[in-house]
Amino acid sequence: MNMRRRHLSPRQPGYIAFIVHRLSGVALALFLPFHFWALGRALDAEALEGFLRWTDNGWVKLGEWGLVLLLATHAGGGLRLLALEFLPWRDWHKSLLAVAAAFSIVAGLAFALAL
Amino acid sequence: MTTRTHARSETWLWLAQRASAVVLAFCVLVHLATIIYATRGGLTGAEILSRTRGNAAWFAFYIVFVVAVAVHVPIGLRTIAIEWLHWRGPTRDTSLVAIGVALMGVGLFATWSVFG
Repeated sequence: MNMRRRHLSPRQPGYIAFIVHRLSGVALALFLPFHFWALGRALDAEALEGFLRWTDNGWVKLGEWGLVLLLATHAGGGLRLLALEFLPWRDWHKSLLAVAAAFSIVAGLAFALAL
Repeated sequence: MTTRTHARSETWLWLAQRASAVVLAFCVLVHLATIIYATRGGLTGAEILSRTRGNAAWFAFYIVFVVAVAVHVPIGLRTIAIEWLHWRGPTRDTSLVAIGVALMGVGLFATWSVFG
């Protein structure tokens, strides 16, 4: 395993993956408290129902798709990072794995959500 | 903090970040699959709560999920605080511990609301 922090240059192929992974992580961290707050409203069934009806709105559905995309991107980047650190594979194999994993998750969820 | 103690705490944080990432990868998949199942079925809020309330297995699953989130997020933000914000000193780690505790609190409250 490799615990040393890698300092990437913007010219290196892994740099974009690194930036996307980091920014998607920050966006998810900002979203999480609101998600927990919304779930906390489930103490009251009527409030939860109102929240579920609100999520039928087209703009909210677009936001949900964005969140799924963020989640898939961050998860894909995280799997890539774990593969880089723990598996003895060549770099391009790991990138391909991450892209494939993220794409599969997005495609599967987009289909399931019928967006 | 001595160099050795610092190196040890950095190692533990690194391990905690990776271990929580593995837990979260599994939890996120299960969570999204569950949400899709619940919403595609057209269940009402009351119907969802009648199925979730008192379900000990799901309650335990979401407690693990929330704990993994509360570990993973502050450590990730800490790396950004160090590398991008150059934030040093005790206020950095105190603030990040506070974020972790707050996430754990609001997350466990949400879990209790749905499954308790």
